[in-house]
Amino acid sequence: MPSPAARTLAAATAILAPLSGDLSARMVARTQPVKLAAMEAHWETMRGAPLIIGGWPDEQAEVTRWGIEIPYGLSLLAEHHPMAEIPGLKSVPKADRPPVAIVHWAFDLMVGIGTLLAALAVLSAWLAWKRRDVLTRPTFLKVIVLCTPLGMIAIEAGWVVTEVGRQPWIVQGYLRTADAVTPMPWLWIPFTLFSLLYVMLAVIVVVLLRRQVVQSAALYGTYSNR
Amino acid sequence: MDWLAYGAAIVLFTALTVYALSGGADFGGGVWDLLAQGSRAAAQRQTIAHAIGPIWETNHVWMILAVVVMFTGFPRVFEAVSVTLHIPITLALIGIVLRGSAFAFRSFDAPGGVYRRRWSYTFAAASVVTPLLLGMVVGAVASGQIRLDPATGRVAPEFFRSWLAPFPIAVGVFAVALFAFLAAVYLTLETDDRALQEDFRIRALGAAVVVGILALACLLLSRQGAPLIRAGLASQPWSLPFHALTGIAAVSAMVALWQRRYRWARRFAMAQVVLILWGWALAQAPYLVVPDYTIINAAAAPKVLATLLIVLGCGAVLLVPALWYLFTLFKRPSTNA
Repeated sequence: MPSPAARTLAAATAILAPLSGDLSARMVARTQPVKLAAMEAHWETMRGAPLIIGGWPDEQAEVTRWGIEIPYGLSLLAEHHPMAEIPGLKSVPKADRPPVAIVHWAFDLMVGIGTLLAALAVLSAWLAWKRRDVLTRPTFLKVIVLCTPLGMIAIEAGWVVTEVGRQPWIVQGYLRTADAVTPMPWLWIPFTLFSLLYVMLAVIVVVLLRRQVVQSAALYGTYSNR
Repeated sequence: MDWLAYGAAIVLFTALTVYALSGGADFGGGVWDLLAQGSRAAAQRQTIAHAIGPIWETNHVWMILAVVVMFTGFPRVFEAVSVTLHIPITLALIGIVLRGSAFAFRSFDAPGGVYRRRWSYTFAAASVVTPLLLGMVVGAVASGQIRLDPATGRVAPEFFRSWLAPFPIAVGVFAVALFAFLAAVYLTLETDDRALQEDFRIRALGAAVVVGILALACLLLSRQGAPLIRAGLASQPWSLPFHALTGIAAVSAMVALWQRRYRWARRFAMAQVVLILWGWALAQAPYLVVPDYTIINAAAAPKVLATLLIVLGCGAVLLVPALWYLFTLFKRPSTNA
């Protein structure tokens, strides 16, 4: 069963993460409005902007279809006022906009996972308060194990939001990414090389860790033997 | 504010020097790991692993410091070097990554694994190839083949010619030999076993001879390969005494090794490496990349340089005591002279 320290830390961070997210969203709204618009797939500059969850951003038609809209959600989140004006993607020329779909979905993934983990923490705390033994139940433990990679996935999704959302700028307003690239032909070769290198290292790490686990099980016996 | 630029250049060069003295020996250790032979080969490898283990990550931080100072303080030089020497730098980077991971995997792999030999080969091979490439980068910078294109104001995009030439290749091989020499000298003090000390002593002496021969080869090749430096070397008044000093350090190191005075050998060997590096820097001054980039014209704005130096100063206050502690803790002197 997870140790008290682990449980406390998980609960604390699961609650603090959304708070820090709110802070970040307000920062982005102030300094990088185009990125915020892409994150939320928000096209029209308007007051009382709705929050769009999911959906399909259509870059040709400049609308987002089939999203779940929460009225006034975006204005509230970004400026803490239901009638705040939020600039849309249409406020900048097409050449200055990042790819909308990737940024929006990655953002929704990140926030979704964050919310899920926070809810899980709150739920576990409440269940544990009701009946202590739930924390040793196999079902509960299996759920926790399944949620283990979610943290990393959320982090990676966040990175995608940041780095894809900043395009086409590498230094916002001053330097475009296209102008900063090394002017060497066949750049895909070093790119592929580095990617392969990291894949190889990841595979090796997994193999080695697995070997360690298997060996230690053989040396010390598995849990079922105790 | 010329002195700001010169200050940053000195910091850059000091970082490279410390890298050569620490990380260079790291690479050299890998060379001896590759060439370990005889009945004590396993013991030699173990000594090397033991010596490198606690400090190898710290050693390569100096390279990172040098790169950061370069792109913050001298961005145009960074542009010139990272564009034209993209290929050897990328390969050197991959070598460093492979080296580090092979070393870590070897240490933490399940004991008795058959893969140990593979890690060792990877580690050793990367340890030879990486300093070769880094030396080639140095040689290319000194050779005068990297040119600024006056039409665009950027470096002329040339990706092979500057580093695939006799002079840079000779400098690369020289770098490998020099690091191997330094490592062997350090390793005599990393073990208390008499027989192992003798092994490393012989290797150090052999490497010292090779270093001497290669130094001569580089000098001869510099006539064609780096004419500006060669002319500069010949004309400067300080140049002859400086190189005499380097020669004295080299010979003293060999004498100390012969007499088995390993502490003195280490001091002289380190002095030799420092003198070689600064000899190169002073021969090339004020050029950072011969012949178009000087310390002054490639420097960033004075405000940037000032901030850089202040930040480095504050960082040094934190870093230096910690580094000193790390080294004295893990490098307690052996019980011999």
